[in-house]
Amino acid sequence: MTETIQQAQENIVAEFAEFTDWEDRYARIIALGKKHPGIAEEFQTETFRVKGCQSTVHLHPKFENGIVYYEAGSDAMIVQGLIALLLRVYSGRTPEEIIRTPPDFIHQLGLTENLTMGRQNGLRAMVEQIKLYAVAFHAMGQSNQTN
Amino acid sequence: MTSTEPHHATILEPLDVQRVREDFPALHQQVNGHPLVYLDNAATAQKPRAVLDALQHYYENDNANVHRGVHMLSQRATDAYEAAREAVRAFLNVESEKEIVFVRGATEGINLVAQSFGRAFLRAGDEIVISHMEHHSNIVPWQLLCEAIGAKLRVIPINDRGELVLDDFDALLNERTRFVSILHTSNALGTVNPVEDIVRRVRAHNPEIRVLIDGCQAVQHTSVDVRALDCDFFVFSGHKLFGPTGIGVLYGRRELLEAMPPYQGGGDMIDRVSFDGSTWADLPNKFEAGTPHIAGAIGLGAAIDYVRALGIERIEARERELLAHGTAALESIPGLRLIGTAAHKTGVLSFIVDGIHPHDIGTLLDMRGIAVRVGHHCAQPVMQHFGVPATVRASLAFTNTSEELDRLAEGIRKAISMFQ
Ligand SMILES: Cc1ncc(COP(=O)(O)O)c(C=O)c1O
Repeated sequence: MTETIQQAQENIVAEFAEFTDWEDRYARIIALGKKHPGIAEEFQTETFRVKGCQSTVHLHPKFENGIVYYEAGSDAMIVQGLIALLLRVYSGRTPEEIIRTPPDFIHQLGLTENLTMGRQNGLRAMVEQIKLYAVAFHAMGQSNQTN
Repeated sequence: MTSTEPHHATILEPLDVQRVREDFPALHQQVNGHPLVYLDNAATAQKPRAVLDALQHYYENDNANVHRGVHMLSQRATDAYEAAREAVRAFLNVESEKEIVFVRGATEGINLVAQSFGRAFLRAGDEIVISHMEHHSNIVPWQLLCEAIGAKLRVIPINDRGELVLDDFDALLNERTRFVSILHTSNALGTVNPVEDIVRRVRAHNPEIRVLIDGCQAVQHTSVDVRALDCDFFVFSGHKLFGPTGIGVLYGRRELLEAMPPYQGGGDMIDRVSFDGSTWADLPNKFEAGTPHIAGAIGLGAAIDYVRALGIERIEARERELLAHGTAALESIPGLRLIGTAAHKTGVLSFIVDGIHPHDIGTLLDMRGIAVRVGHHCAQPVMQHFGVPATVRASLAFTNTSEELDRLAEGIRKAISMFQ
């Protein structure tokens, strides 16, 4: 892991601070969305669908050697770009790190409140789901179980 | 379609849109640094000052419960509430104000008919006809009824322009058909259905079949004469007609409403209550159990007065121009496909753009202050027909301008360029 969970957030905020207008910020999100590999088709099922999103979002967790790895994707590109950011911060971390880290960096990117409050794009629902899985894995303790 | 329009619509003086816009306080605001372009009128319309004033006036002066008091305020409140009912009666051109039931909205109106009329008069094996373009609120209540009593739902198909396919309509009607429930104008496609013709064909088949028309997307765009339409039930929601939310109308033919059992029990709907049984109040109170949305009804009355003062023909003429302008503006955008291209449509520009999710278009338009709706518009069967998960929908009101539609088109072009 090259970035810590702390560094990932700081780096993302710094990267977005370079943009002067919203179009560049959104273009960046769209570019991230396009580059993001999405989620394997086998996980695009009702079980892994994140409820409360207007676009379709799937999130799948894997717990290996005490680390949680998330895979997630959406059919909407801006949402997919936000997913890419979330996973850069939250995937490949310990359950403790995930539980301890609020998604504050999202609010420092210069996106609109409408987008970052995430009622309609499901950002909030996604973060909640990421945390719920982490809590569950945390409860499972140090056992090297995979989901 | 223009050749069949009444002539007086075109010779009337056109609406002064800039002046009319002044009547709508919510239209004058900045969103994300841009003047708001409100193109979500089909979801809910903005309210003119006259409606806001009527609500304020009622609460400040006349607030009291209706039908229950000897005191002055209660009488004033009752008078205002009943005057609103009379405004609705005249607006729909029906015979008696007893045929006008205030409900929460179209959804409650349809549920009321499905549950009260349906359970009392429909039997296992009976058939109910709806169409493929119905709003969920004209599908699910009938599905619930069908499940409860063992009736069957039959569906009129649609074509790729988003029009009803009525070629086989007479065959769809059979000796088991008891009810037909159809929307006048589609919220997802803008299609205006030939409802007069549909009612006539149903009557010709069997005069005993009951017909409900969902006028939710009609009354704000065109004049509706329910008596001429000759349907048995008609519903609409006040909030789409520039009135408050939480108030709507169910028209029902008097003899049917009289024969139907109450939908809910409570105060105001009874004549006499004892533990041996109760008897029902006269129409329409039988269907208005409990304290009604008095202020809402008064606000709706004010909205109707406002619309009638502007002139629904002028509104219609204005919106015809807007729709033509918007259609041309959107059709010139490469990769954009309009969903719903019926010969006769009003108010709605639903579309998708190749390779870009509607959600993304909606998000980027919002950044430019342009409010559209993105989604399935509570009409998932329509989306299934067109093989899309969702569309972007710009829906018009007479308060919109050609410049706003140009801004929409420009916003879409810019959104597309951000994906290239
Ligand atoms: C055609 C149609 N029918 C019914 C409804 C339901 O109206 P309400 O939600 O106000 O009850 C709508 C609202 O979107 C509609 O467009």
